[in-house]
Amino acid sequence: MSQEPLLELKGVTKTFGAVNALTEVDFSVREGEVMALVGDNGAGKSTLIKSIAGIHPIDAGTIAFAGTRVNIHGPKDAAKLGIEVVYQDLALCDNLDVVQNMYLGREAMSSFRRLDETTMERTARETLASLAVTTIRSVRQPVAALSGGQRQSVAVAKAVMWNSKLVILDEPTAALGVAQTRQVLDLVKRLGQTGLAVVLISHNLHDIFEVADRITVLRLGRSVAEVSRKGSTQQEVVQLITAGSIASVPGQTEATA
Amino acid sequence: MTDTADREESVVPAGTDAALLEPDATLGTYARGRIEALKTGDLGSLPIIIGIIAIAIYFQARNSQFLSAGNFVNLIAQTAPYAVIGMGVVFVLLLGEIDLSIGYVSGVGGVITALLLVPDGNQVSPAVAIAAALGAGAIIGVVQGLLFTKIGIPSFVVTLAGLLGWNGVVLLLIGDRGTVAIQDPFVNGIANDYLSSGAAWLSVEGAVLIYAALQYLAVRNRAKAGLPNLPTSLILLRIGVLAGVGAIVVAVANSALNRGLPYVFLLLIALMLILTFVTDRTRFGRHVYAVGGSIEAARRAGIRVDGVRVAVFGIAGTMAALGGIILASRLSSVDTNAGGGTILLYSIAAPVIGGTSLFGGRGTIRSALLGAVVIASIDNGLGLLNTTAGTKYIVTALVLLAAVSVDSLSRKGRVASGRA
Ligand SMILES: Nc1ncnc2c1ncn2[C@@H]1O[C@H](COP(=O)(O)OP(=O)(O)OP(=O)(O)O)[C@@H](O)[C@H]1O
Ligand SMILES: [Mg+2]
Repeated sequence: MSQEPLLELKGVTKTFGAVNALTEVDFSVREGEVMALVGDNGAGKSTLIKSIAGIHPIDAGTIAFAGTRVNIHGPKDAAKLGIEVVYQDLALCDNLDVVQNMYLGREAMSSFRRLDETTMERTARETLASLAVTTIRSVRQPVAALSGGQRQSVAVAKAVMWNSKLVILDEPTAALGVAQTRQVLDLVKRLGQTGLAVVLISHNLHDIFEVADRITVLRLGRSVAEVSRKGSTQQEVVQLITAGSIASVPGQTEATA
Repeated sequence: MTDTADREESVVPAGTDAALLEPDATLGTYARGRIEALKTGDLGSLPIIIGIIAIAIYFQARNSQFLSAGNFVNLIAQTAPYAVIGMGVVFVLLLGEIDLSIGYVSGVGGVITALLLVPDGNQVSPAVAIAAALGAGAIIGVVQGLLFTKIGIPSFVVTLAGLLGWNGVVLLLIGDRGTVAIQDPFVNGIANDYLSSGAAWLSVEGAVLIYAALQYLAVRNRAKAGLPNLPTSLILLRIGVLAGVGAIVVAVANSALNRGLPYVFLLLIALMLILTFVTDRTRFGRHVYAVGGSIEAARRAGIRVDGVRVAVFGIAGTMAALGGIILASRLSSVDTNAGGGTILLYSIAAPVIGGTSLFGGRGTIRSALLGAVVIASIDNGLGLLNTTAGTKYIVTALVLLAAVSVDSLSRKGRVASGRA
């Protein structure tokens, strides 16, 4: 694991009219590491990643990528740097098949302005195989036919196929059942192991403590703590998220907590 | 991966490509996949082909003229304008939008062609007249597309205004002439001249050979890349069906007294191939499907959604103008009714009857041709039975309703089986 952060935000501030969505947020992620981003509803998590992805321009602060300051003005700029975002929903076209979705907007072409379906299908298969996504039996079926976990796997594979360096996942398991959550978490872990920098947003601390290396806590638009998974407990993180108003992990009884 | 996870994930996907799952798929596996797909509401061209056969049997039983060679040739010329305009409509429907102006845009196309060819000393060559009409159609479409995307007026409203406005333009262009006859032999020949018997055979055989060669190349390419192919028997079957249908069309048309395969048939086939290439094999076509499937996903993939939309309305306008030229050719004239009557409704109904979804994202160019065959057959067949226009409209309305019901029900089927 390299020590220089791949992405480093300093003092990032973003307001929507009177709402201070982000106030002087510091945030960083290194290569080969899974950084979790946690916080209550409305804490500013989605706003933060949208700033990184170039969807919202920031009002103040700096973003540095691989050591140099960058201005990200749109999704294209972010993609050029090697930043890919996997959104929780609305990211795939149901009527298109797996290959078509993975290459959407970046289709491989051959002579006479034809789509190079052979190359696209082969690469898509290889990418899915390299991520050990084995449950998708045909890459030529429409995405509508896939389960939630499979769709999320396709969205992640789509993100890593482009030599990306940083993959951001916004609540990738929010709508998934137990087995499918397992599948996506395994995938997230493998991304980190292959040397990518990964940012994972989730409300599920159990999941986060399973795959994350470090955890950044946002509260009311401020970054209030950055802890390493090994050096903290779920309870401590819950207290950080809620400013101490809840002392135990929700959903767990006192006995097990 | 746990046992449960495995079971949960291994839902056998039903669909056209189900056979691609197994590299050694046979015709049997493919057929089973198709049947599974039917159950989940993915109907393909099946209902329409059954429909065409049923219509043919019904009218032939009522009036033996229906399948006569002469009427068959008529049918081709009657199908052509709706099929051509309908192919443009397919693009619009793929976006999940609608274009109500295409009827009178076709009128504008026909009238411009006819007026530029009036032999008053200022006439232009037929190529220039046709190009001017197509250009006008394209510009009209692009302008309507811009009003839709840049100002944000719903396509329904923009093109409703177009429906009225272009009707007005047709009336102004015709003025007090009432009817403008077309004397140019080239333009009149599009729908009224026939290939020689030999030329007809040559072009159909050539088309089948080219199709077979392309299939062979595709199969070889995929095999080389280690990708599974559709079963060889299925590909051979498709080539066989194409060759068979082509042979019947040519043989019947050639047997018509003093007539034969109309040139417009070749135009139809060429347009179908070119536009199918555009929808299935080009980046633009892929983006049309993407925008129709999910605007948000398309936008996030970096697709210029507005550009795609404007281009699609441009295509619809161009195809409408071309359909208008074919119609003018068939009648050898245009009049103040140009672009009116049933043209709009028949041209939108054609792709829908052919299986293109009104909900966007699903459809084929071929649906316009198949649906136009149905509509023209009903129109033609009821004409032979001496029914009134009223009956024709009601029957066509019922067919359209049936087709839209199939579309809506199959969408429900997809939702129910989680394939929305
Ligand atoms: N486009 C916008 N316009 C105005 N306010 C916004 C906009 N986007 C976010 N906000 C506000 O910014 C704050 C942070 O929202 P954000 O979506 O980043 O929260 P979040 O941490 O992602 O919450 P959740 O866990 O519910 O997804 C909220 O108060 C929200 O109302
Ligand atoms: Mg959020």
